Amino acid sequence: MTSHSDDGDHHDHDHHDNHFSAVQARVKALETVLTQKGLIDPAAIDAIVDTYETKIGPRNGARVVAKAWSEPDFAGWLRSDATAAIASLGYTGRQGEHMRAVFNTPETHNLVVCTLCSCYPWSVLGLPPVWYKAPPYRSRAVIDPRGVLDEFGVTLPDTKKIRVWDSTAELRYIVIPERPFGTESLDQQALADLVTRDSMIGTGLAKSAGEAR
Amino acid sequence: MNAFEPLLAGSPGLPKSNEGDPVFAEPWQAEAFAMTVRLHEKGVFSWSEWAEALSHELYKPGRKADASDYFDCWVAALSRLVTELSITSWDHLDHLTQSWQRAAEATPHGKPILLENDPQR
Repeated sequence: MTSHSDDGDHHDHDHHDNHFSAVQARVKALETVLTQKGLIDPAAIDAIVDTYETKIGPRNGARVVAKAWSEPDFAGWLRSDATAAIASLGYTGRQGEHMRAVFNTPETHNLVVCTLCSCYPWSVLGLPPVWYKAPPYRSRAVIDPRGVLDEFGVTLPDTKKIRVWDSTAELRYIVIPERPFGTESLDQQALADLVTRDSMIGTGLAKSAGEAR
Repeated sequence: MNAFEPLLAGSPGLPKSNEGDPVFAEPWQAEAFAMTVRLHEKGVFSWSEWAEALSHELYKPGRKADASDYFDCWVAALSRLVTELSITSWDHLDHLTQSWQRAAEATPHGKPILLENDPQR
């Protein structure tokens, strides 16, 4: 399998990005069989899973964002080397993927697409929303990001630029949303509560201080 | 509050949050949980049947001390129950499991993993 000789500076090109563990594959097999027998409907399963959205995975990303809001040095590190900055908190991807943090500013909003395969960094971001995996979302987000965001209830001023980031096998993104106004007195734990999953993929904004509870 | 109280009661040791909701370390665990909920809602099995199948797996020797294999036991129990109820056979389940693994390996980045992607299908 390692017969390529002329790609010396590329590592791990034989590594498959998509891999199911035995138990993951067994779950898919059960789903296939039960769907074929008409006993379950994948949409109903997705709906149940989605109700546990915040209960799946450690959602470490929210703590990363809260720290970046509170500590300019950490924000700077995150900007220059997100993989190391995130790893410093003890959060590492399962496949050693590289992370890049993209910061929302008054001028620019960032939106991440692609999560169709198994490389979505859910250990950092939590479970992807069901609709996010749908091929129409991916293609539409690239063509008409403003329209897609509008549908999610995120209406941005026309003057604000939208940048769309498409993950690759080697690089995954986390959006650092803008810190909401009126949160100066909050500690990092309270700030982390404002950071929704959607705000870290750019399909939402961080909650306002008033929405927190 | 959650809608799955009976399932929780019938599933000793299920990892839970402070609010009493189940928590999942990985997405497949939530999928396995959700399928079990649906099958019970459809009347495919009763909670006592489920509890018995799950206990059987949970009390097998060789469990991990930190219980991190809880959902492995869950999936084993669900597999056992659906074969005992003759919904499918072990052979078919194993065949499909291997097929999904090949499909995942054969799926390039950025494309959805579909069973059709298994080159041997």
